Amino acid sequence: MSLATESTATRPVPDFRVTRSQRNVVWTGIVALVIVAVLAYFPYIFYAGTTTILVQAFIVLTLASMWNLLAGYAGLISVGQQAFVGLGAYFVLILAINGVSPFAALPVAVIGCGVAALPLWWLVSRLRSGYFAIATWVLAATLLLIIERFSSIGGGTGMALPGFTGANPVLLTADTYWAALAVTVAALVSIYLLLRSRLGLVLTAIRDDEVAARSSGARVGLARLLVFLVAGAGCGAAGAVLAISQLQVQPSAVFSVQWTAEMAFATIIGGLGTIEGPIIGTAVYMVLQQTLASYNAWYLIILGLVAIVVALFARRGLWGLVDERLHLRLFPTGYWLRYNGVTDQRSGVGPLSRMFPPRNR
Amino acid sequence: MVWVNVIIQGVLTGGLYALFASGLSLMFGVMKVVNLAHGDLAVVAGYIAIGIIFVTHVPVLLSFVIVVPVMAALGYALQRTLIQSALDRSVLTTLIVTFGLSVVIENGLLQFFSANTRGIGVGLSLVTASWNIGSQIQIAYLLIVIFATAVVALLGLQFFLSRSKYGRLIRAVADDREAAQLSGADYRHVFGIAAALAFGTVALGGVAYGMYSQLAPTTGTDTILLYAFAAVVIGGLGSLWGTLLGGVVLGVAQQIGAQINFSYEALAGYLVFLAVLVVRPEGLTSRKAQS
Repeated sequence: MSLATESTATRPVPDFRVTRSQRNVVWTGIVALVIVAVLAYFPYIFYAGTTTILVQAFIVLTLASMWNLLAGYAGLISVGQQAFVGLGAYFVLILAINGVSPFAALPVAVIGCGVAALPLWWLVSRLRSGYFAIATWVLAATLLLIIERFSSIGGGTGMALPGFTGANPVLLTADTYWAALAVTVAALVSIYLLLRSRLGLVLTAIRDDEVAARSSGARVGLARLLVFLVAGAGCGAAGAVLAISQLQVQPSAVFSVQWTAEMAFATIIGGLGTIEGPIIGTAVYMVLQQTLASYNAWYLIILGLVAIVVALFARRGLWGLVDERLHLRLFPTGYWLRYNGVTDQRSGVGPLSRMFPPRNR
Repeated sequence: MVWVNVIIQGVLTGGLYALFASGLSLMFGVMKVVNLAHGDLAVVAGYIAIGIIFVTHVPVLLSFVIVVPVMAALGYALQRTLIQSALDRSVLTTLIVTFGLSVVIENGLLQFFSANTRGIGVGLSLVTASWNIGSQIQIAYLLIVIFATAVVALLGLQFFLSRSKYGRLIRAVADDREAAQLSGADYRHVFGIAAALAFGTVALGGVAYGMYSQLAPTTGTDTILLYAFAAVVIGGLGSLWGTLLGGVVLGVAQQIGAQINFSYEALAGYLVFLAVLVVRPEGLTSRKAQS
C-alpha cells in the first residue's frame, strides 16, 4: 500500500547528508532495553503497592501515546477514546465469562477494538475538527448506553471479572504488571516503527500542512483511518489491562470521559507530536495524581489548568523545552539535514519541519 | 392519544435543546470555535441562579434577569482572553483549551458543590399545573413557558443578527474576517459580542433545564453538550432555525424512546443522531455539506 508518491528527482548533492538524528542513538536503544529489563524485574523486588501504581502509569502512558498519535500526528482531536477503553475492558469481560483466561483475552480485545474502530471511523469521519471531537464523545456515550442494556454482562452496574478464582494473588499481581508493561512497550515500539515508516512521513506532512500534503499526493484520508484503527486498538489494550488490574468492569467507569482527559492532558503537558512527550506527561500526571490522591478531584483540576497554560504558552510541552536546548531525540522519527558536517543551529541545521516552517501556524 | 402526548412533550423539550444548541452553533459559525465547555457553562449558570435565589429570594423567573447578563459578560471576557489567545494559535489549541476548561469547571463544581443533583424550584403552581386535553394529553405549563422562551430567544437572535449594527458586524466577520477588518471592524470585539450572545442563550438553557429537571456537575457534558451537538448536527451545521428543528427531532425521538422503555430515552436520541449522520451528514436543513 503506497501512501505517498515516490519522489522522482534524486540528484546527487554530496555536501548534504540526511540523518535520522543529530547524535548517535544506539545508546538510547540500549538504555531503553535496560530500562525495560529493570522494569520487568520490579515484581521480584517491590511490594504489590508499587507495581499497582506502575500498572496505572502504564495504562495512562499507553493511552497518552495513542492520543498523541491521533492529535499530534494525524490532527484528529478525539474526546471519545474512552469508547475503546470501555470496549477493550468489555471484550476481556465477555471472553472471561465464556471461560477464556483474561490474559489470553487481552490480544483478542486489542484486535477486536481495532476492528470496531472501522465502523466508528465510518460514522465520525464525516465531521471535521471540533465537530469530529464531540462526535467521538457522542459515540462513546452511545456505546455505554447500549452496553448497559445487556444484563448478562452486568447491565448498568457492571460485574466482577471471572477467571481468577483460586489464583495466587502475588502471582496475579505480577502477571498483571508484566501484561501492562508488555502492552506499553508494544504500543511505544509500534508507534515508533509506524512513524518511521512511509505512513509516518505522510503523517508528519499532514501535521505540518494538510493542503500541501494532499496536493503532493499523500492519501490523507487513508493515513487518518489507519491512525484511528491503531489508536483504537491501543486504547483497547489499555482498557483490557484496566479490566484485569481492577478485577471488575463497571460501565460508567470504563467509559468515563476522564480517560480522555487524562490521556489528552498528559500528552499536552509532555509535548504533543513527539514520542517522548507522553512519557514525560505521564510522569507529571502520576506525580500529581499520587500527591493529590487524598484531595478527590483536585488533581484533575490542576492537571486541566496546567494543560491549558502549556497549550497556550509552551506549545511544544515540557519535552519541547528540552528539545529546543539539546536537539535531543530519544526516538528519532524525523530527518536532520547536515551541510558539510556543520551541525549547529547557526547554519540552519535542524529538523526539516523547522527549516521549512509550515504556513498558517 | 398516548403517542400524540409523547410527540407534544418531545416538541416542547426540543425548545430546551434548541437553547443549548444555538450558542454552540453560533460560536462555530462566527469564530470556528467548538466550545467543549459549552454545557458546563450552562450548569454554572444554573448554579448561579440557585445561589441568587437562595440568597436574595427573588422570584425564580426573575433570576434570568441577573444570570443571563452575568453569563454574557463572562462570555465576552472569556472570548477576549482565553479563547482568543487559543484561536490565535490554532484550532487544535481552542479544542484543548475548551476541553481543559470543561474538565476544570466540572471537577471544580464536583469539589465545591458535591455530586448531588439540584433543581431550581419554580413555585408549585407553575410546575404541577398542566393543560389537560382529554385524559391522555397533559402539558405542563413550565414546558410551554420554556418552549416559548426558546422561540422568543431564537427570534431575538435572528432579529439581532439581521437588523442590528452588531449583528451585521458579526455576519460580516463570519463571512470574511480580513475584508471586515479592512473595513474597520475590530474582529476581536465582534467575536466577544458573539460569545456573549452564545453564553447568554446557554445560560437561559441552563436555568431552564434546572427548572425542568435536575442539575449536577456532570449534566454539563453528558447531557447538555452532547444533546446540543446532536441537535446542531440533526438540524444542519450553521443554521439558527435548524437548531430548533434539530432540538425538536431529538426531543421527539427521546420521548418516543422513553415511551417504549424509560431507559431508552437518551439512546433513542443518539440513534437518530447517528442515522442523520449516516444519511444526511449535512443536516436536515442545509442544502450542501458545510462540515
